[in-house]
Amino acid sequence: MSTTTPAITDAPVRIDTPRRGGTARAARKALSSRVASVVAIVIGVLWTIPTAGLLVTSFRSAKDINTSGWWTAVTNPSFTLDNYREALTGGTTNSLAQFFINSIVITVPAVLLPILLASLAAYAFAWMHFPGRDTLFVAVFALQIVPIQVTMIPLLTMFNKAHFSGSYWSVWIAHTIFALPLAVFLLHNFMREIPGELIEAAKVDGAGHVRIFFGVLMPLLTPALAAFGIFQFLWVWNDLLVSLVFLGGVPELAPLTVRVAELSGTRGTAWYLLSAGAFISIIVPLLVFLGLQRYFVRGLLAGGLKG
Amino acid sequence: MSVGEKFGQMLIAIAVFGVVFIGVLLVASRFGGRRGDRVQAASFVGPVLLFLAVGLLYPAVRTIYESFRNGSSSGFVGLDNYVSIFSESELLRVVLNTVVWVAIVPFVATAVGLLYAVLVDKARGEAFAKALIFLPMSISLVGASIIWKFVYEYRPSFRPQIGLLNQILTKLGFDTHNFLLNEPWNTLFLVVVLVWIQAGFAMVILSAAIKAIPDDIVEAARLDGVGPLQMFRFVTLPAIRPAVIVVLTTIGIATLKIFDIVRTMTGGQFNTNIVALEFYNQSFRYQNIGLGAALAVILFVLVIPIVVYNVRQLRKAA
Repeated sequence: MSTTTPAITDAPVRIDTPRRGGTARAARKALSSRVASVVAIVIGVLWTIPTAGLLVTSFRSAKDINTSGWWTAVTNPSFTLDNYREALTGGTTNSLAQFFINSIVITVPAVLLPILLASLAAYAFAWMHFPGRDTLFVAVFALQIVPIQVTMIPLLTMFNKAHFSGSYWSVWIAHTIFALPLAVFLLHNFMREIPGELIEAAKVDGAGHVRIFFGVLMPLLTPALAAFGIFQFLWVWNDLLVSLVFLGGVPELAPLTVRVAELSGTRGTAWYLLSAGAFISIIVPLLVFLGLQRYFVRGLLAGGLKG
Repeated sequence: MSVGEKFGQMLIAIAVFGVVFIGVLLVASRFGGRRGDRVQAASFVGPVLLFLAVGLLYPAVRTIYESFRNGSSSGFVGLDNYVSIFSESELLRVVLNTVVWVAIVPFVATAVGLLYAVLVDKARGEAFAKALIFLPMSISLVGASIIWKFVYEYRPSFRPQIGLLNQILTKLGFDTHNFLLNEPWNTLFLVVVLVWIQAGFAMVILSAAIKAIPDDIVEAARLDGVGPLQMFRFVTLPAIRPAVIVVLTTIGIATLKIFDIVRTMTGGQFNTNIVALEFYNQSFRYQNIGLGAALAVILFVLVIPIVVYNVRQLRKAA
């Protein structure tokens, strides 16, 4: 995979091979491809229906939701935006609008900070020479296996001592820490792909590491940074555990996931509210994902998944 | 805190880190020569190492230590916390449920993902078909839980159904079923949600692996008259084996650590509790630090063999 030129290997040249074999084989082939299509469509539909059901529900009135299934909306359509209005503005302290803002405020720094820190370290691991470099890199990579649960109680104790707990700083820092092993690993892989001659040429021209970092690498690394950025964005926006532990007791700062999970516990049958709430929390990652899917897939292929 | 203040704090945080970032680079650029190289390297790597040492390594060691201490962390209890996890029937059930999750999710999700990747490969509308399966990956586990809770929504048979599954049951002439309440099958209905999410991940990775199989191998097999099933068995599967293992292990590790689904859908009631949720409850609701730490350590210990296996396989493949 090259960061500078489009991958030509993605488009294999199709050569039409001359047909061989009799009609029986052709028939069998057609049949198998038809069976394949049917199975694929069945899976595709099965995977889509649950989301579609709740999406349709979120636009139906509370009375309709409780008296008839969402599938009846196909033959008897009647839609309203009341649920979203209620979820976003109903009650001043409980409106989801506030939690939506909290999610944004939590996510933006929690995506930017690990990118800044990890790109520095990834550069050093990729293109600088210092004793113990490879051992340290393996150590950072190995830290990926530590489940975040193992770190939470001591981290919370430390945040308490530093008077960070119950503030955005605790989640920003926690998310940054948890992101670093994967971020360093991913960005390092992307940086290693840049031809060494480019770096050497810049060195010959008298450029120091800082100039190489900004002048040579950063412009080439934009897709890599985007790939990791999307990863981290989805992870932080969708996270429940970290926010619950560090901000769970502070409803004023808690993100959407915490609030929607709470709604599910306390208003488990208020589907008009739950369905709208769920989609308010889903819409941003969904748009980001659909818009930038290409980068996301690249990130996945380059470095696996964090969890 | 007002909206303005919140965004203000956010900008301050970004600015603080930006200043640190630029400061590090400025300091680094001042040093030249051989010793300068070391100083530069230290300033590039230092911040990350500091964060990881203080925020990940030390807490992990500390948690292992706490797991041998009592609930309020005031004295040593030896292995008592671990003994209770594996002897008290309620906690043992939590461990067994976790085993059920790990035994099912990776394999079913990978199988579905692989099947779908093979079926839609080079088909018309491949990109769209893939997006359908892939979409759940962008949804939070909380959102996914609510989506599925609605699919499972239960009402007595005589009332109009609003949950899709129970509607199907009543149409087929059966009584409605309380999917999330009735043991032991309720755990399986929770497992479905994670399969639904992870199949997309498996599909993307395996689809890329399938596309990386050299065309001439596939062409040669086709000219030899190999049918689709044999093609899959003797050409595709051996070629993508390393990718299958990566997918299985990655999903396995994720499955161990996820607690959102159980917490949102049943709260761990009706015998659906798992280690990751019990860890949260013991640590942060019941303030039983020792037991919570031991549960976290168990998660850690369960992850290690999967990772070791993964690394070995990768090395073999390389």
